[in-house]
Amino acid sequence: MSRAVDLLIVGAGPAGMSAALRACRLGLSVLVVDDQPAPGGQIWRAVETRACTRTGQLLGEEYTAGLQLARAFHESGALYEPRTQVWQIEPGWQVFMSRDQQAQCVQAANVVLATGAQERPAPFPGWTLPGVLPVGAAQILLKTAREIPKGPVWVAGSGPLVLLYMVQLLRAGGTIAGWLDTAPSGGWSRALPHLAAAMRAWKDILKGVRWMRELRRAGFPIVRGVTQLRGEGSDRLEHVVYRTADGQSQRVAVDLLLVHEGVVPSIHMTQALGCAHEWRADQRCLAPSVDEWGQTSKPGIFVAGDGAGIGGARAACTRGELAAVGAALRAGKLNEDEARRIASPLRRTLADQLSIRPMLDALYPPRAELFEPVDETVVCRCEELTAGQIRAAARIGQPGPNQIKAFTRAGMGPCQGRQCGYTVAHILAGAHGKGVEQIGFYRIRPPLKPLTLGELASLDTGGDT
Amino acid sequence: MFRKLHDPGEKALDLTVTIDGQAVSAEPGESVAAVLLRLDSPISRTTPVNGSPRTPYCMMGVCFECLANVDGMASVQTCLVPVRDGMRITRQHGRRVLAVTPRDETAGDVSVSSGGSRQGVSQ
Repeated sequence: MSRAVDLLIVGAGPAGMSAALRACRLGLSVLVVDDQPAPGGQIWRAVETRACTRTGQLLGEEYTAGLQLARAFHESGALYEPRTQVWQIEPGWQVFMSRDQQAQCVQAANVVLATGAQERPAPFPGWTLPGVLPVGAAQILLKTAREIPKGPVWVAGSGPLVLLYMVQLLRAGGTIAGWLDTAPSGGWSRALPHLAAAMRAWKDILKGVRWMRELRRAGFPIVRGVTQLRGEGSDRLEHVVYRTADGQSQRVAVDLLLVHEGVVPSIHMTQALGCAHEWRADQRCLAPSVDEWGQTSKPGIFVAGDGAGIGGARAACTRGELAAVGAALRAGKLNEDEARRIASPLRRTLADQLSIRPMLDALYPPRAELFEPVDETVVCRCEELTAGQIRAAARIGQPGPNQIKAFTRAGMGPCQGRQCGYTVAHILAGAHGKGVEQIGFYRIRPPLKPLTLGELASLDTGGDT
Repeated sequence: MFRKLHDPGEKALDLTVTIDGQAVSAEPGESVAAVLLRLDSPISRTTPVNGSPRTPYCMMGVCFECLANVDGMASVQTCLVPVRDGMRITRQHGRRVLAVTPRDETAGDVSVSSGGSRQGVSQ
């Protein structure tokens, strides 16, 4: 027999935990499932273990701030099931999930998807070589395993996470060999129109300025306007080749290269559910279309946090609370007036928390080459297909992403297009002379994560099928 | 590629796992993928298509580069699995093969995946 809850929350990061707290207070029965072993999401990974240690201190107050919420979350009354992967959601809403190879289905009147974001895939020739990792992955290693790069590390990319990680790494005693800043030049002239609005978040701007000062003081080379990044090596990364802003080609010996080009919402679940999505030109990604409560085009399916568009951890907390209020309204625990009364201060807070975002988006757009990679670049890491192969397939009768999948197997590997979806869409847009927003995305099908037959067979369907 | 940060206040590396039969020390709470990245060979698997070596990559469960065999189970996302004392990890090479007998622990588990993953298909 399947269990039933008023609200099922997928993800125990800032949005998920905040939604759980608020929903419990509003009298909903709440189940929170998360694929990690502990609450915190990516930003606060392992925060309960690390916050009070030296590693926690060097990660900074933004990180340790998560401890309070994680503790409150445990006390909230919400049922919490870690190491649980959701692999299918069916109308009703029936949420199928697995934990320890045991599958189950939970009946939920409302669902909040708080699945956050992933790092934007940043393909370049050689990015599949051992020795290339995303900056976010390196930061997760610091949080969860107190690991830092063994030797001097090269960093290529741009954005707040790059600056923050480099600062954290220096504080941890690590060494940076150099930073290849890939942000297109002219950042401040792009950002200027958004500066006045962003001043509401002046503390965050000041923090960024301090990080930059700390990085300059460390004295490692900072190369601006880097393009044409390429990793070389046979079985592992040995050299990185790049072009400087003045057109010079450089080649350096590199053991470990950390890359980052921003983050994008996790959209696999909302795509699989058939929720309406919109192309976010400002953040160059798809995001589910949501109403003022974070409810998608499917009644009862809410999205909170970075999964509804990148806004950062604090905004994710507020959006989690708003989604919980929306779910309580839908469940009849609140009337319209009560819901609005609770939501009104939350919305003001949210506006402040999001005020810096347009400036950050303008300052750190992903470099253009991600979307028009040279032919030899591996685009689909799972099926090892290159940009050249996708382009060749694109010449056969104007195919969309799903035809490309059928022609080439791109997006059919275990990651199910999480790494190649946007790149393939952009290559198709280029090939067909269309805007990427007209191209669409892979059709996402269940199971959302690979599932063994044993797991599937363990599902107790209650004898009704 | 990575090393442990020296921190006297932290837990000791008092767990032992084996990776391809070699005993390796690990810390409670860290993931199998984090242990792999400390080794001289940080490889988790070779790909089913071209046999190229891969290491754990995203560390958050979305890229599937860290797939390896854990305690007889194939294609485990090692970045999502915390180490346990005595855990047996083996790197995963190329395609999975269908288990010939149900009790054969060395063979991969059959996996269902939308779109027809190469896992679980013997060639």
